[in-house]
Amino acid sequence: MSDPILRLDGVYTNIAQYHILQGVDLEVPRGAVTMLLGRNGVGKTTTLRTVIGHWRAHKGTVTFDGEDITRKPTPAIARAGLGFVPEDMGVFADLTVEENMVLAAVSGPIDSARLDWVFTIFPPLKTFWKSEAGTLSGGQKQMLSIARVMIEDRKLYLIDEPTKGLAPAIITTMARALKDLKEQGASILLVEQNFAVAKALGDTANVMDDGRMIWSGQMAELATNAALQEQLMGLSLDAH
Amino acid sequence: MSIAPEHAPKMAQASFAHRIGPWMPVLLVPMLVVLGFLAIPSTSSWLTLTVSGLAMGMMIFIMASGLTLVFGLMDVINFGHGAFVSVGAFVGVSVLLMLGHMTDAPSLGLNLVALLVAVIGAMIATGAMGWAFEKVIVMPVYGHHLKQILVTMGGLIVVEQLIIVLWGPEEIYINRPEALKGAITFAGAALEKYRLVAVVVGLVVFAAMRWVLRRTKIGLIVRAGVQNGEMVEALGYRLRMIFVGVFIAGSALAGLGGVMWGLYQEVITAHMGNQAMILIFIVVIIGGLGSVEGCFIGALLVGLLQNYVAFLEPKAALISNIGLMVAILMWRPMGMIPVVKAK
Repeated sequence: MSDPILRLDGVYTNIAQYHILQGVDLEVPRGAVTMLLGRNGVGKTTTLRTVIGHWRAHKGTVTFDGEDITRKPTPAIARAGLGFVPEDMGVFADLTVEENMVLAAVSGPIDSARLDWVFTIFPPLKTFWKSEAGTLSGGQKQMLSIARVMIEDRKLYLIDEPTKGLAPAIITTMARALKDLKEQGASILLVEQNFAVAKALGDTANVMDDGRMIWSGQMAELATNAALQEQLMGLSLDAH
Repeated sequence: MSIAPEHAPKMAQASFAHRIGPWMPVLLVPMLVVLGFLAIPSTSSWLTLTVSGLAMGMMIFIMASGLTLVFGLMDVINFGHGAFVSVGAFVGVSVLLMLGHMTDAPSLGLNLVALLVAVIGAMIATGAMGWAFEKVIVMPVYGHHLKQILVTMGGLIVVEQLIIVLWGPEEIYINRPEALKGAITFAGAALEKYRLVAVVVGLVVFAAMRWVLRRTKIGLIVRAGVQNGEMVEALGYRLRMIFVGVFIAGSALAGLGGVMWGLYQEVITAHMGNQAMILIFIVVIIGGLGSVEGCFIGALLVGLLQNYVAFLEPKAALISNIGLMVAILMWRPMGMIPVVKAK
């Protein structure tokens, strides 16, 4: 098996007086979708934000593509090839859809073929290309948020709850987009509460509780084992 | 996964009130001009006051535009901004005094060249000072508003005392360049030449800032950074570098404003920047923190209102701008054109 694209070894992260991550170990294999699961408040978002450098690990190491990025500033981590979709989508409301996309194309002008591909996945973005992002619906904002990381090739995509609070129709669109990305051989670390999406996309799964990783294995194994789901998360994911 | 229908939301046309909402701040300026026209009995007086108000507004805008971007981009409250205004005025006036043979010549071309050299000198000096100010005074207090207020206010006092050490404690009275003295007559109104120049300079600065912010990638990064700096960094941009650049540009603009303001008042003092800060803060607050367009409209409103009220009811001029701020904040608590900040 090849080196993982991302590896966390004994990562501890504190936010003010709160000890959020308490020794997280995680491996994200190349060219696969890795699910990060767990109840609310167990540290999933903090794990992603620690990887991108928004919060600093005060102990442990984060290795990305063979390089220690634990102490690197966020822009350097992003330029190393990490695309990040935050839980709050992070769209620039006063900028147009076009300007949001231009900004996301860090290495130069937008590649038109790639943009066409994005438009086939998210047609509303073409319709509202000149509109301010703040005027979009919640679902369209999420499309824009994901489209921004898709507009350039990234070594790893960190995506935090892309279906949160969305209508079923939009969830289908999001899942299709992530499936397209997966079929292109992308490496994705995905935090997701929607089990149907997690089951459809995930190759491997990691379950967190209380700031630690309590289980890692194949998504298929977790999806078919109700007792394991109950044991890890206190509920059956199928009933979710 | 469940099959769901395609997402096809229906769009309804917004109401007239909803569509005109974003334009209301822009409409305030012509509305105030019309109100002034109705309230001031003489058309020539109204025209003189309007040009004077616009000139004053433009100069306040030049001084305030950097401050609003600095606040919006890095959440830094810089009470020391007035120091750049004072230093800009002193450096610019010193250059003009050295170029006396050009400013005294009755040639518009020579006068404007002298003014341009003075402005460039002032902007270089205040830009460099801004770089040092950011590194030494502002950088250690990122994220701490109270410390920012205290330390930047301290920086302002230090700079004012340094000006007194270098240029002396007395006020310096200055003459405008020869060709910019006096007024031209238009429709029976006397329009000061210098004020017309100030209006043109203000418009050029505003147009240039808008062009940079709207048409260049650096401008995009700045606008995005004002809304959500964390996300801009997550895209791979070094916001800290951009911020230093904006701080330097903002300081240089304050220097330009200082030269213009000094020539407008025809006297400069070490405390002139500090005194201008009241108007600058009013403009930045009513415009919407971080909004260049809001700052521009706010500055024009302040300039026009101050001139109209000073003519109609001189005693009320002192409180007119505070009254304007109160009225606008009651209407739009986040300012006229608020920047949508990430939560």
